[in-house]
Order: sequence, then C-alpha cells, then structure tokens
Amino acid sequence: MKILVVDDETDVQVLFEQRFRKEIRNNEVEFAFAFSGEEAISYLSNHEHEAVLILSDINMPGMSGLDLLGHIKQKYFKPPPVVMMITAYGDAENYNTAKQLGADDFLTKPVDFTLLKEKLKTIT
Amino acid sequence: MSFSAGPLIVAIALTQRLRKQAKLNELPKLAQVYQFCFFFSILLFVVEGSFSLAYIINWAWFVFLIAIIVFSLKQEKLKVSRIFIWAFIPYIIASFATELTKFIAKDFFSKWENYFEIASLLGFMWMAAMLFSQNRQNKIAEKERIKKEQEDKLNKAIAIRKVELEGEVAERTAELTKQKDELQLALTELQTTQTQLIQSEKMASLGELTAGIAHEIQNPLNFVNNFSEVNAELIAELVEEVNKGNIAEVKAIAKDIQDNEEKINHHGKRADAIVKGMLQHSRSSTGVKEPTDINALVDEYLRLSYHGLRAKDKSFNATLKTDYDESINKINVIPQDIGRVVMNLLTNAFYAVNEKKKENIPGYEPTVTISTNGSPLLRRGFGGEVSIKVEDNGNGIPQRVLEKIFQPFFTTKPTGQGTGLGLSMSYDIITKGHAGELKVETNEGSGTSFIINLNI
Repeated sequence: MKILVVDDETDVQVLFEQRFRKEIRNNEVEFAFAFSGEEAISYLSNHEHEAVLILSDINMPGMSGLDLLGHIKQKYFKPPPVVMMITAYGDAENYNTAKQLGADDFLTKPVDFTLLKEKLKTIT
Repeated sequence: MSFSAGPLIVAIALTQRLRKQAKLNELPKLAQVYQFCFFFSILLFVVEGSFSLAYIINWAWFVFLIAIIVFSLKQEKLKVSRIFIWAFIPYIIASFATELTKFIAKDFFSKWENYFEIASLLGFMWMAAMLFSQNRQNKIAEKERIKKEQEDKLNKAIAIRKVELEGEVAERTAELTKQKDELQLALTELQTTQTQLIQSEKMASLGELTAGIAHEIQNPLNFVNNFSEVNAELIAELVEEVNKGNIAEVKAIAKDIQDNEEKINHHGKRADAIVKGMLQHSRSSTGVKEPTDINALVDEYLRLSYHGLRAKDKSFNATLKTDYDESINKINVIPQDIGRVVMNLLTNAFYAVNEKKKENIPGYEPTVTISTNGSPLLRRGFGGEVSIKVEDNGNGIPQRVLEKIFQPFFTTKPTGQGTGLGLSMSYDIITKGHAGELKVETNEGSGTSFIINLNI
C-alpha cells in the first residue's frame, strides 16, 4: 500500500519512517512525502493511481489541507484515494468542512500511531 | 464828572472779576455780595450824573472802593485774587491823595498839581499794566485749567474703562479656567480610555496568539511524543540485536536513537520557546533590551500570526516566503515589543492579501514575505543597521489613507475588527522604544512593504 503524507513539517518524514520501519522493511507499506499542498498535487499528477491513502495536515501555508482535499475529491482522481486529515484542531468546523469535501477519516495531533496502524488495517 | 468814569471802571472791573472768582471757588454768597456792589457802583454813577452831587459822591466812591478792597483782602478764600486787587491800590491811593490834598491844602495842590496828576497817571498805568499782564496770565492759567479739566475727564473715563476691563478680564479668566478644568477632565478621561484601548489591543493580539499557539504547540508535541515512543521501541530492538550479536544493526539502531533524541530535544525547545513567547507577549513590556536572535523571533511570530489568523478564519490562506540574513548575530532589542510589531505588520499583511483574494482575480496567489537584512559592517562586529521587511502582494494603500496609518485609532477595517492602535503602537515601539524607523512603501494594486530599521 502506498501512502502519501502531506505536512509542512519536514520532520514528519523521519517520524513516519521510524514509526513504520518494520512495515516498510516488510514491504507492507510504502511512503511518499509532500511538504505542501502544491507538492502533493504535482506528486499525484505524476504518480496517478499509485497512492491508496493520503494523510494530510490541514494547516499549511499556501494551499491548505482542505484545498488539497477538494482538489483530490472533486477534480482529479477516479476512484479517489482514501484521504485522512490530520489536524492540530479537533474542532467541529474543520471536521465538518473536511467531511463535506469528502474526507474519509480524521486524526488529531499528536498523532496516535497505534490508532493509525489499526485504521490502516481496515483499509487494506 | 471827569473823575467818576475812573472809579466806575475800577469798581466794575473789581466786582465783576471778584464775583467770577467767588463763583469759581464755589462761594455763591460772596458772589452775590460782589453782584450787589456792582449794581451799587452803577447806581452811584447814575446818582452822580443826575443830581450833580460830584463833591459828595467823589468821597463816596473812595469809601466804597476802599471798602471793597479791604473786604476782599480779608477774604481768606479769595487769596488768589490778591494780586489783582493790588493792581488798583496805587491808583486809588494816588486819586485819593489828590482829592484829599485838593480839599485840605488847595494852594499846595495848585503848586504841585502836575505831580499829583503824574502820580495818578502812574497809578493808572500801573493798574493797566498789572491788569494787562494778569489778564494774560489768567488766560494762560485758564487754558491750563481747561486742559487739566479735560485730562481729568479723560483720566476719569480711563479709570472707569479700566474697572470695566478688569471686570471683563476677571470674567474671561473665570470662563477660561472653567474651560481648562473641563478640558483637563476630558483629557484624563481620554487618557484612561486610551490605556484601556491599548490593553484591549494587547488582548486582541493575545487572542490571535493563543489560537496560533494552540496549533503551533501541537506540532512539536507530536514529534516529542512520537519520537520518544519510537526510541522506546528502538531500544527494545537494540537489546534484541545486541543479544543476537548483530553489531552492524546495533550501530544503525543506535544512530537512529541518537537522531531521534536530537529531534525530541529540538521540538521540546521549540514548544518551550512558543510558551515563553506567549508569556512574554501577555506580560507588559519589561522595556529591557536583551540580546535577541532576531531571525528566530521573527520566524516565531510569523508562525504564530499565520496560525492565529487561520484559527479565526478557516478559509484564509497565504503563501509565506522567508528570507533571513543568517549573518545577523544577536542584537539588543526588547523582544516582546519587536515581536508585537512584527506580528502586527504580519497580521496587516495577511489581512491585505485576504482582502484581495476575495476579489477572485484569476491567477492571484496571496503571498506574504518576511525578510531580515544586516548591514555589511554589522557582520564584522561593528555597529550597523538591521532591517526587517514585511511585504505583501495585496492591493496597496491609497495615498489618502497612507497619511493616516500611523495615527492612533485610525483603521480601515470594519467597526469592531480593528482598534486602530496596531500601527501607532508599532510606530511608537520602533521610533521611541528603539530609536529606529518604521517606513512604508506601497504601490496601489500591487502591494505594500513595511520596513523596520534598527540601529544597533
């Protein structure tokens, strides 16, 4: 399963690689990283249908996670990949907006990786 | 008959003059006496002419004139007129002597008649000269008296006017004092209100900050928590690998643990700085300058203001560009004050790009750029200039607004959204608190730059 992680914090890459090192080693998952919404779009355009799951932060400078979500769900990919939104706010407004835009699931920061891994199992 | 015209003239001159003087000295009774004497002298003259009693009347004239003179000389209140009276005395005495000698010693008189006539004449001339000179003196005195009277009148009028003016001045002063007191009161009230507004401006920016902090603090916490959990797992693996004797793997894991430890440390410090920043901001300024890493400060407030705004307005978004001059060492500033200014400039910049974004111009990318720049001398450890530039690609500031942006309470934001104190406070912090300058460059339609220049 290929997962695209979108976050403006670059340390996210190291974190995911460490957290999923066993799974990566066992080729259960494969990660790609984008550090902005724009980068994520261009990645998706170049690697169509590769990413099954997209994990995106909401608060990012430039194109936000919600903008990205809208792009993915409305304009580009058919069938669209599963999109999980990660945000610092567990607030209703972001949640509802993301829901309306078609987000499949939510995670809050700090990310609970055990929970994430369980959610991944249901997807695969 | 030849003689009586003389006494008549003398009597009229004397009585009229003395009557006038008595009137001037406000002695109406005395004036009446002289009036009576005047009528009496006319009567005497008429009687003399009608009844041919020259011989007796002649003596009556003398008695009458001498009586007037003696009476007048005795009047203490008519002292001024004594010189005038003296003018008549030689003539009267000469005439009297002539008549007396004529009466007593006719032979002697006939023999010396010429001399008596000369004496009378001299007396008459004396009288004329005295009267003439006195008349002149009187005219001068009269002129002076009138002049003095006029002066007195004028002085009186001036005195009255002075009193009036003093009254008016007192009235005006009272009015002004009252107005001053009222203004003083209004000023005090305004100052109180201003203090309150400044406080509310601080609170408003604090609100923006806390929202920013809520987001900002989650990111480092996310890393701290997760990396430490990862490390725990890695240590377990490490033990496993040690038991297996797989040295290469042990080394690799150890390296990962070390890297993660650094990350934990880094993000822990980041969270610490954010909390400290918030505390610093909420506290009133210490006013103490301390060595500050200006790039770190600017970056911290950039993130805080961006996320603060995002927290308030979910639809808001902008591209952030940063360009920090890494050669700037720590510089002496009041960190929370500079932070407040940077945050205010950034909030304005975000507001400007957001407004332009609402116009839905195709291809418009809201962008805010913040950069720092140190002058070349500063890099070598000498004093110099550090500038912080906040640039947006919003709609710019119209000229008519530009003149007012640093005025307290001026705002273009809708009522309730801005206190109008942000830029004026920023201006004070930079110019008064740091002896620097806050400049603005703007192009209508294409954006605005605010530049802070600090002399270090």
